[in-house]
Amino acid sequence: MSQLIEIRWHARAGQGAVTAAKLVADTALMDGAYVQAMPEYGPERTGAPLKAYTRVCSEPIEVHNNITNPGIVVVLDDTLLDTVDVAEGIADDGVVILNTELSAPEARAKLGVADTVKVAVVDASGIALDTIKRDIPNTPIVGALSKVTGVVPVDQVKERLRITFGKKFSQEMIDANLSSVDRAYEEVVCA
Amino acid sequence: MSNKAFSATGNQMIAEAMRQVDPDVMAAYPITPQTTIVENYAKYVANGQVHTEFVTVESEHSALSACIGASAAGARVATATASQGLALMWEELYIAAGMRTPIVMANANRALSAPINIHGDHSDVMGARDTGWIILFAETAQEAYDNTVISFKIAEDSQVLLPVMTTLDGFITSHAMERCEMEEDATVQQFVGDYHPKYALLDTDEPVAHGMFANGDSYMKTRLATRNANMGSLPIIEKYGKAWADVTGRPYDLVDCYETDDADYIVVVLGSAAGNVRHIARQLRAEGKKVGVVRPRVYRPFPEEQIVEACKGAKAVAVLDRSDSLGATHAPLGADVMSAFYAAGLSIPAKNYVYGLGGADVTNVVVQGVFDDLEKVADGTLDCDLRYIGI
Repeated sequence: MSQLIEIRWHARAGQGAVTAAKLVADTALMDGAYVQAMPEYGPERTGAPLKAYTRVCSEPIEVHNNITNPGIVVVLDDTLLDTVDVAEGIADDGVVILNTELSAPEARAKLGVADTVKVAVVDASGIALDTIKRDIPNTPIVGALSKVTGVVPVDQVKERLRITFGKKFSQEMIDANLSSVDRAYEEVVCA
Repeated sequence: MSNKAFSATGNQMIAEAMRQVDPDVMAAYPITPQTTIVENYAKYVANGQVHTEFVTVESEHSALSACIGASAAGARVATATASQGLALMWEELYIAAGMRTPIVMANANRALSAPINIHGDHSDVMGARDTGWIILFAETAQEAYDNTVISFKIAEDSQVLLPVMTTLDGFITSHAMERCEMEEDATVQQFVGDYHPKYALLDTDEPVAHGMFANGDSYMKTRLATRNANMGSLPIIEKYGKAWADVTGRPYDLVDCYETDDADYIVVVLGSAAGNVRHIARQLRAEGKKVGVVRPRVYRPFPEEQIVEACKGAKAVAVLDRSDSLGATHAPLGADVMSAFYAAGLSIPAKNYVYGLGGADVTNVVVQGVFDDLEKVADGTLDCDLRYIGI
């Protein structure tokens, strides 16, 4: 893992992308990785498009700039595809993970990425509504990210969630989040 | 020994360092991107984790005024600010240094208006460079923590007695979550030790006056004494930096030099962007190019000798400034480095760049461009005029 893994998150403010970016970093840190997680701050208002970043590496991370050539892109809101070039600068062997009801081939067509780029879809909002009872797709999509990229093991994601949420939330809410991770892990489809 | 690694932002790390030191007084006013330092600290106060008297004030001018009063009275004092807040403290900055109050203040470096901008650059802190404050720059959240711990030792040393500004780059370091280590509370408290003020207003056994009027002659003598204290603090900063490094295992140098020994082309840069420059320098080294990076961790007093020593064999030097000195030929760091070269009799061609204003991203392409330029500067095919990059 000496290779630097760079993840760019696209979302609308309020969907929990920053929390997800930090969750992935915190999970990787449990294995002793060096990590960075940061939002790209702009005018903050609920619903506005935002970007966040996660870096994971076995060596200390020296760079502090925004991620312009991500290996992994995670999109929490498919309405962004109409206005934001979410795949901009993506690595040739990169992965796009999309929260959408579209099928994987439909998503690929809409993204217009090269054949070498993997496209994965999961209805993270649907899963969130079923489990957490709110459209907060950030925790389920980390389950999908784990399945598709292996950047963090799913068991460790859940362990980290128990630690992070344990302080703030009821057991019922924690269980709902854990089951949302499992479901997205199972249901994500690649094209 | 260090605790296990955990993740934290630079602001969290500064708040933790201040919590561990547990100063007597903190007077502060919130401003982006510093707010989470005093917000976290206010929680420690509310939770009874510290004994600090937390003074909520109506402005930064009042914040530093209250800090000066408390410090003169004999308290150990800390605060934090940024940008317009630091600018509003301007007259108090000089008073804090002139009265020799050993206040520790964190600054989350941010652009100044206009146009309004909340993001990271060094325009605010450069406004404090002539005030007499000691100014430290952190590259990472970890360094922001370490610098804050040693700041108290530096400020309170009887040979120094000056306020210290411990800075980190707004958002880039203040708000990014990184892997960090924190020492035990007892370790920090033992390192910093109890505070015994030398000239406390509240010490009625040895009465003193602070902030007196002074005419020209004694005014000049006071200014000279303050200058000497600032200039003379460099070995003391190094002593405490290295002492803390012995505790933590994290190395400390006044000036961090990467591969400068045989470097033909060297970039001098402060703060977080140094990491980006070193990242490109590593790639160029792998290609066999003799490049190096010089990063002062202390900006005031200016570590002139160390920078000259690191750069003296170079064919060309680039100085990267994250602020500008409008109306002058060079930006602040550029002027300091070139002044140091001149004083040392070096005639290395040096090109000054202004980058990253208002949080403008420091991309690999921008940094690569600087190294490309240096070869041309060395062979005389490119001038040394100041240039804005990444624009």
